[in-house]
Amino acid sequence: MCKECGCHVKNHQERSSKEEVNLFKRILEKNDYQAEENRRHFEEHGVFAINLMSSPGAGKTSLLEKTIDLLKDLKIGVIEGDLETDKDAQRIRAKGAPAVQITTGSACHLDAFMVHKGIHELPLEDLDLVFIENVGNLVCPASYDVGAHCNVVLLSVVEGDDKPEKYPVIFKKAQLMVITKIDLLPLTDFDLDRAITSARKINPHIDAIKLSSKTGEGIEDWLDYLRFKVKVYKKSLA
Amino acid sequence: MHEFSIVQSLLELLEEEATKYKAKRIARIEVVVGALSGVEPHLLEFAFNTFKEGTVAEGAEFLVRVEKLKVWCKDCEKEYEKEELNMLCPICGSLNTQIIGGQELLLKSIELECPDEA
Ligand SMILES: Nc1nc2c(ncn2[C@@H]2O[C@H](COP(=O)(O)OP(=O)(O)OP(=O)(O)O)[C@@H](O)[C@H]2O)c(=O)[nH]1
Ligand SMILES: [Mg+2]
Ligand SMILES: [Zn+2]
Ligand SMILES: [Zn+2]
Repeated sequence: MCKECGCHVKNHQERSSKEEVNLFKRILEKNDYQAEENRRHFEEHGVFAINLMSSPGAGKTSLLEKTIDLLKDLKIGVIEGDLETDKDAQRIRAKGAPAVQITTGSACHLDAFMVHKGIHELPLEDLDLVFIENVGNLVCPASYDVGAHCNVVLLSVVEGDDKPEKYPVIFKKAQLMVITKIDLLPLTDFDLDRAITSARKINPHIDAIKLSSKTGEGIEDWLDYLRFKVKVYKKSLA
Repeated sequence: MHEFSIVQSLLELLEEEATKYKAKRIARIEVVVGALSGVEPHLLEFAFNTFKEGTVAEGAEFLVRVEKLKVWCKDCEKEYEKEELNMLCPICGSLNTQIIGGQELLLKSIELECPDEA
């Protein structure tokens, strides 16, 4: 009996034909649809969402702690993405802001579905501004739209000013680069102009802010940037 | 390495297409990876060959076309292919340019094996 179809012909050759189909489909289209839906969720509540990306330890959580301390005119919530532990969410809650931890396990980035879960655990109706702290990684998060309105990439001066050249995709995806830990500039050979110029070779319109979460230098520029973005956004919704 | 995650999305797409066309198997797939897509073609292929087992694409051949970064220089009014991943016009050095290709990540085509309707 033929194994394939159970007919009684001994060497039945299964007949099939080959067909070529052109698709031209975005491989991450489902993620992109979910990202659009996330943006709609935020918009329903008038919340501006920022996706913070950087290599591990560039100072994302420290900057958020400082921001929550100082930006009292906006109500902030945070979605924290980490491979393991909810330490970063605890640090945010200790500052009095609502925070949701997403542990990604083995995934080195957040995607729109993970962020969607986080969104429903935040009291969006009480918030103006949500930060999505992505997993520390300069490569993988760049491929995923998480449904934020603005992408920000942090670069600490201890990492070297050549990072925009080495990781062009993430600098392309960002509207703002924040150069962090400038209190450590004297200890490094980091060239601020070089870092910004090379980022602008791949993204000519990227904004740049330099700051230190430790000393507070430059933080006012960052807070003004946030206030401005939220204001323009709220106007666009009205 | 996010190529593993991307392959999961790719395999989902392939299962859907196979179901839609009532195909038994997928014999070949072709993907397009932009030089500025953030995806490493070799890692994508490695990930695909690791995860395709037990799926409709188990025996599928994997073809990948790398799309170079392409910019349109508004000063020269010409398009150029770039080797380096930046937007500088390779001829006049202008940054008054626009990216017109090289950021895509697409499933371009598939070859299906369909049972003949006898
Ligand atoms: N000197 C100095 N150290 C800083 C500054 N900002 C952060 N740090 C230190 O850098 C280390 C990492 O800071 P985090 O804020 O945890 O960095 P992160 O980007 O959230 O790290 P991951 O979430 O693990 O990717 C901590 O030891 C901080 O104290 C700064 O402005 N100056
Ligand atoms: Mg952190
Ligand atoms: Zn990765
Ligand atoms: Zn030119």
